[in-house]
Amino acid sequence: MRALAREPLFDSVPADTRRIGLLAHLHLDAPLLLGLLAASCLGLIALYSAGNGSMDLVERQLIRLGVAFGVMAAMAQIPPDKLRLWTPPIFAAGVLLLVAVLLFGDVGKGAQRWLDLGFMRFQPSEIMKLSVPMMVAWYLSGRRLPPNVLHVLVTAVLIVAPTALILKQPDLGTALLVASSGGFALFLGGLSWRLILAGLVAVGMAAPAFWKWGMHDYQRQRVLTLLDPESDPLGSGYHIIQSKIAIGSGGTYGKGWLNGTQAHLQFLPESSTDFIFAVYAEEFGLFGGLALLALFGFIIARGLIIAVGAQHTYGRLLAGSLSLTFFVYLFVNVGMVIGLLPVVGLPLPLISYGGTSLVTVMAGFGVLMSIQTHRKLLSR
Amino acid sequence: MLARDVMRDHQQESRMFGRRVLVTAIGGLILLGVLGARLVFLQITSHEHFSTLSHENRVRIQPVPPTRGLIYDRNGVLLADNLPSYQLQIVPEQVPDLEQTLAQLQRLVELDETHLERFNKLRRRHPGHDGIPLKLNLSDTEMARVAINLHTLPGVHLEAALTRHYPKGELGVHLIGYVGRISEQELESIDVAQYRGTTHIGKNGVERAYESLLHGQVGYQQVETNAQGRMLRILSQTPPGPGSDLHLTIDIQLQEVAEKALGEYKGAVVAIDPRNGEVLAMASQPGFDPNLFVQGIGEETFKELNTSKARPLFNRALRGTYPPGSTIKPLVGLAGLHYGVVDPDHSVNCPGFYQLPNNKRKYRDWKRWGHGRTNLDKGVVQSCDVYFYDLGRHLGIERIHDFLAQFTIGQRTGLDFGNERAGVLPNEAWKRANYNEPWYTGETLIAAIGQGFVLATPLQLANAMAILANRGEAYRPHVLQWSEIPGEDNPETLALTPIAPVIVKDPGHWEDVIRAMTRVVHSERGTARKIAKDFPYRIAGKTGTAQVFSLGQEEEYDADKLSKELHDHALFVAFAPADAPRIALAVVAENGGSGSGVAAPIARAVLGAWDKLERGEPLTPAVDPDSEPTVPVNTANTPPRPNT
Repeated sequence: MRALAREPLFDSVPADTRRIGLLAHLHLDAPLLLGLLAASCLGLIALYSAGNGSMDLVERQLIRLGVAFGVMAAMAQIPPDKLRLWTPPIFAAGVLLLVAVLLFGDVGKGAQRWLDLGFMRFQPSEIMKLSVPMMVAWYLSGRRLPPNVLHVLVTAVLIVAPTALILKQPDLGTALLVASSGGFALFLGGLSWRLILAGLVAVGMAAPAFWKWGMHDYQRQRVLTLLDPESDPLGSGYHIIQSKIAIGSGGTYGKGWLNGTQAHLQFLPESSTDFIFAVYAEEFGLFGGLALLALFGFIIARGLIIAVGAQHTYGRLLAGSLSLTFFVYLFVNVGMVIGLLPVVGLPLPLISYGGTSLVTVMAGFGVLMSIQTHRKLLSR
Repeated sequence: MLARDVMRDHQQESRMFGRRVLVTAIGGLILLGVLGARLVFLQITSHEHFSTLSHENRVRIQPVPPTRGLIYDRNGVLLADNLPSYQLQIVPEQVPDLEQTLAQLQRLVELDETHLERFNKLRRRHPGHDGIPLKLNLSDTEMARVAINLHTLPGVHLEAALTRHYPKGELGVHLIGYVGRISEQELESIDVAQYRGTTHIGKNGVERAYESLLHGQVGYQQVETNAQGRMLRILSQTPPGPGSDLHLTIDIQLQEVAEKALGEYKGAVVAIDPRNGEVLAMASQPGFDPNLFVQGIGEETFKELNTSKARPLFNRALRGTYPPGSTIKPLVGLAGLHYGVVDPDHSVNCPGFYQLPNNKRKYRDWKRWGHGRTNLDKGVVQSCDVYFYDLGRHLGIERIHDFLAQFTIGQRTGLDFGNERAGVLPNEAWKRANYNEPWYTGETLIAAIGQGFVLATPLQLANAMAILANRGEAYRPHVLQWSEIPGEDNPETLALTPIAPVIVKDPGHWEDVIRAMTRVVHSERGTARKIAKDFPYRIAGKTGTAQVFSLGQEEEYDADKLSKELHDHALFVAFAPADAPRIALAVVAENGGSGSGVAAPIARAVLGAWDKLERGEPLTPAVDPDSEPTVPVNTANTPPRPNT
């Protein structure tokens, strides 16, 4: 019974949620909401500067944030049990839409991502950011955990199929998010370390062979440029060179709000979207940057705490996966902007200008809040 | 019992989940630490470095497009040039209100729907800090009007650029090709970074085939700009690597003679130096002005060119497939000698028609009353069909196919540019694959006189002559002689590719056939005897008249009653001098009616000009002064060729 003795560790954390307040009544989670609001404010401040002091961008982003928070609140009303019931049809519909996009989709900026419904255009790949972890959680929650090899294989198919469809659009960034969200759910579900190790070894062995025989010369060249953008100063390298100058010149305390020169003199491309972190770090310096990382860390930590406190496997896996996917957003975007990772087109959620992925991210937080606030008092 | 099992599972699961979350949380913290450490490195350790850069960073990196290589003929006559011009560019990121800017520009320069459409398309494709061309080739007035208003138009730039120009106009257009705006499909397949700042790409002919040589390497410059991003001065630059200049094997004067000699006929002339596979001339008529495409051809003009019945855009020399008719008889004769089916003395009686045993059908000779006793020599000289019906029947289609394939009849020649068509050299397998029908002996007879299924391009016929002229050893035809990056004294000669040599059983067979071909031109009864006059060398040739449609058993071909499109094609193939050939050529005049009457004189005109050019004599009538070589003409027999 030593195992039982450790149980309180998990039970003690969400003790405060039994207090019924206004927010709980609305099925919202106060700490998470606070974190998200704070991040959005930081985003608007940075955006105002990135837009050269134009209220235009800020107003439009405010509307988007309003919609996104609305979607979050709406998602929070759906009890996890219902969500769980709807998971397989949502997943199936998402996959069908992805196939439809490849067949009839609109081409924008060289990739086929959009589906035109007549009255609106949307990206079905966004749905998959939620429905893949939902589906993996749904599947694993009905099995004995940790999953056996067969169950792992089925899960792998559930992850790989939509990922491949999204890669074909091609949309590397979204594919990465979808794959990792599914992967996290599987990992949290108890994927055995031996299988993880075997997978890593297999990939490690296959990669050099693929590099040598599986690729054309020009493809190898593209990969090399991806890894070393500075060798391509006219292409993606230009972004990185400029963004490093912006961040580095910000120093410890930054140049001060609206005083960043790099973005304002338009050296920094895409300063209001994917590269907004550079604008922020130039003006607010190291402290500002670390504060933003801490704020995002807090949001992720709150998400993980909700996951640990969840009462059902489905909610646990889903909440954990959504929180960790948010971490991937943060790490990949900031890593790219500070020149640690190759340039993959992912925005910094809540900070970057843009609506589509913002709504999806906030819907995910809505699910997290729902999992937290629909817990039943359980007699242990 | 069961309930307790499930219960224990839940607890175990929950514990495992907790451990997993702990692992990921620790991993996440470590990664956040990495991000933080990187920020410390950038903002504290390297702060000074980046701070300096930022102070100096009024610096923008701009692409500098390379200068496209020029194209010369074999004597250094310029065929494709670059002329300076101004274009209007917009950098979207620097424009506060694009719609207003465009409206303002519309008052200054002539802009129509296609300009705006193209601009919007490009804008979606390129990052916002790139200059997007709105209009190319501004007129002087437009340039001036924009220039004086430039201060009110942030983000609008006038860029000096080079525009491709073809000084010879229509001359050699199918061969040289042309450049046009880079299309969306092409954007998918090119290295976009290499084409930053470049608006045009080779669309056709040599311009397309040697795009990678002509284009060069993009350069970039660091420029200091003011707050609106307008350039103040250049700080440093990596100069672009200019594209290679191409020196073709074509003699543009010979090309001009060939195109003029075709006159009003649609058709093609291809001349090859059999000693090395160099294409000396490759004419396809009618043609068009390539300069139209450079400036962005209007929809109307393009439609007119594209739908014209004469098909001026079509390169007949490589893509036109014609029944070769009697021009393949020398090759079929050589096959007969090689396989031992006939010897030079073997003869058949020609009563004006041929019949297969147990078959009523008459395969007719072009000469109604026949040639009488006919051997190989007479068969070639007078182009007796019956002799070749008989020879074809005894050879069989497979041996005809295998032998003629070596002469690239109905096979791609491997020319170094263009999208040549293969044509058809039929055999049993081909018919089975394409018609799912067995092969009939009658079809062998028809194939032996170059009719029926057989289809060849003018290039293939000229190449077959080059192989024959050189007694089976030849090189793949090509139009590039050498190329050189300007300024670098490092010319690169195109390596010659030898073909698999054609071996015949007795080398004397070559001479038997070539002697007969010589007598086609230089004997009393030869079908091309009229062209022998005043030519200093002996010519080996063969006429051909190819049916455009088949006549019924008892029908007569009557040119007067047929519409022009149904007249026979006129063909002539030749090489000269017969004993040591230096030029091989093929002429196809569509609906010319008669090989000897129409095609042979065209060939004679080309051969006459070739001879004069070789001797360094002026062509009469004098070619217009435009085509004077810009580099002294090398009058020796050997073309200017680098020693590599």
